[in-house]
Amino acid sequence: MDTILEVKNLHVTFSTYGGTIKAVRGVDFHLNKGETLAIVGESGCGKSVTSNAIMRLIPDPPGKITNGTIVFKDKDLTALPEKTMRSIRGVDISMIFQDPMTALNPTLTIGTQLMEGVRQHHRITSDQAKSKALEMMHLVGIPNPTERLKQYPHQFSGGMRQRIVIAMALICEPELLIADEPTTALDVTIQAQILELFDEIQEATGVSIILITHDLGVVAKIADRIAVMYAGKIIEVGTKREIFYDPQHPYTKGLLKSVPRLDVTGEKLVPIDGTPPDLFSPPKGCPFTARCPFAMEVCDKVYPVTTEQSDTHKVDCWLQDERAKQLLAASAIKQ
Amino acid sequence: MGEKILEVNQLKKYFTVGGGQVLLAVNDVSFSINKGETFGLVGESGCGKSTIGRTILGLYDKTDGEVLYDGNNIHSLTTKEKFQMYRRMQMIFQDPYASLNPRSTIKEVISEPMEVHGVYKNKQEKLDRVYQLLEEVGLNRDHANRYPHEFSGGQRQRIGIARALALNPDFIIADEPISALDVSVQAQVVNLLKDLQMDKGLTFLFIAHDLSMVKLISDRIGVMYLGNLVELTNSEELYDNPLHPYTKALLSAIPIPDPDIEETRERIILKGELPSPIHPPSGCVFRTRCPMAMEVCALKKPTWQEIEQDHYVACHLYDETIVNTEQARGLATKLN
Repeated sequence: MDTILEVKNLHVTFSTYGGTIKAVRGVDFHLNKGETLAIVGESGCGKSVTSNAIMRLIPDPPGKITNGTIVFKDKDLTALPEKTMRSIRGVDISMIFQDPMTALNPTLTIGTQLMEGVRQHHRITSDQAKSKALEMMHLVGIPNPTERLKQYPHQFSGGMRQRIVIAMALICEPELLIADEPTTALDVTIQAQILELFDEIQEATGVSIILITHDLGVVAKIADRIAVMYAGKIIEVGTKREIFYDPQHPYTKGLLKSVPRLDVTGEKLVPIDGTPPDLFSPPKGCPFTARCPFAMEVCDKVYPVTTEQSDTHKVDCWLQDERAKQLLAASAIKQ
Repeated sequence: MGEKILEVNQLKKYFTVGGGQVLLAVNDVSFSINKGETFGLVGESGCGKSTIGRTILGLYDKTDGEVLYDGNNIHSLTTKEKFQMYRRMQMIFQDPYASLNPRSTIKEVISEPMEVHGVYKNKQEKLDRVYQLLEEVGLNRDHANRYPHEFSGGQRQRIGIARALALNPDFIIADEPISALDVSVQAQVVNLLKDLQMDKGLTFLFIAHDLSMVKLISDRIGVMYLGNLVELTNSEELYDNPLHPYTKALLSAIPIPDPDIEETRERIILKGELPSPIHPPSGCVFRTRCPMAMEVCALKKPTWQEIEQDHYVACHLYDETIVNTEQARGLATKLN
């Protein structure tokens, strides 16, 4: 399969009065053409910072990409000048944000905002732009597109606004779409509509998607592969089935056990005790040590080596180390 | 089931909005809550679930109907009686960042209700109670002199719970208490609420939009749509045998964290959007999005009826005479 995006050893920091926050601390992942990769994790784990870094939207200062490469179709995005980056944003890579109201300008009509993008990047007449906008409105399922093009954002409901934002993101036919919590602000019945729309769009355009979310149910529906982030690191990555049915990292296991399932009765939720570490001074070893029920002495001191379960399934955990396995076996025999 | 602690009868709450228009936030809702149970109220944003919670507490005046707490009509109490009543009913709010005063220490936050009601005679007694409450919600006494910004979201929600428990209430309204929290922390708070209920025999009204969490914590669940209660039954029955088309659609829209199930299951995708509560549809409010809508749905509001034991629904599909006439009419139009 062709790789469209490869992120290697990405580090992002933010300088504040209180010190430097190490928000992303060495993230590696890749994205294949036409697939959907979900990045899941709790608030503050660095998932949005990672996606903003790909778009080069980290405000500098206070933010800074201190290390690493982001290779998109043989180009390292971290090394490009801002001018070149502008010709990539919105054309090759587009982004959808969580809150559709703040992503739209309330003083301009939907039509103006939709056409602005294409006319910025392509030399086309306003009539051509308009027909392109209508085509997009049709693709995302907005009824009466000709009349609605003349309306303002406040005349649309939340779900319709999110459809418009998706249309804006797709109008230049990007190859990569980054969706940062695209359904979090929506009600479940509307969320179901939008998730369905993502499926249809991917089928129609073949776009690759990075989906940032905290909702494991949404991930189970639309992701192909999943990367689990914790305290600025990707601690486990694998196909959807590997992560859901064969999770290896204690954090992934804990996360799956702490979500209620509608189809199971009488279950008892098993929460993960404690809270994530402070990223001003992240721990030297595995960041999950303090909350991990299986923590060993080494976990606190050295960050675990990445082990491969299969070609697609990778875990950062000392429990996967041969020595830990021997130790566990030995203690089991003793008992 | 046990005795009723709260009874809501034909409650209506309308708000006047600009231009002489009236917003029908809660329109003719009746239900009751038994002592010691958790009653879940679910629905999408704008369905009136929070308005019900606030009207029950008397934070809003009702438009019509009555709310009986232990047989006393909340909205006809004198100010003094109401004040006494508040010792027995407390609320936990959604946003743990907005509901704690950033300039008060945790000790002040938790002891404020006790001071207002003059429960404790001396400082030491009050401080002991604050320590006891902090330990009950899984914090420790060192936290008493800190400020809200020093705590994480989950810890702040625990502080909100400690404050709600300060006066030893019997009945707690929890309005979306976990939706602002991360998933792993949500489970901590839900387990805490369940444990507290076991220890103290509390009654909860749990208001939320996350049906999977509500199902886990509630004994009975009421489903709301656009100011109306459309279905009410115990939580297993609601999941196994939903009757109202809206409940069915809502259940099928909730993603389940299991890829095999997610990829194979049939989904009912509702068309369209929630109508405005200022001009709700005539007849049944759900008819504009209902996949099963009949002609009668636009003309007549469905009655609230008990279909099976403890299973209430408001839908014309479960009214035999109406279904029969509708079928006959459908047949007649086909023949023509």
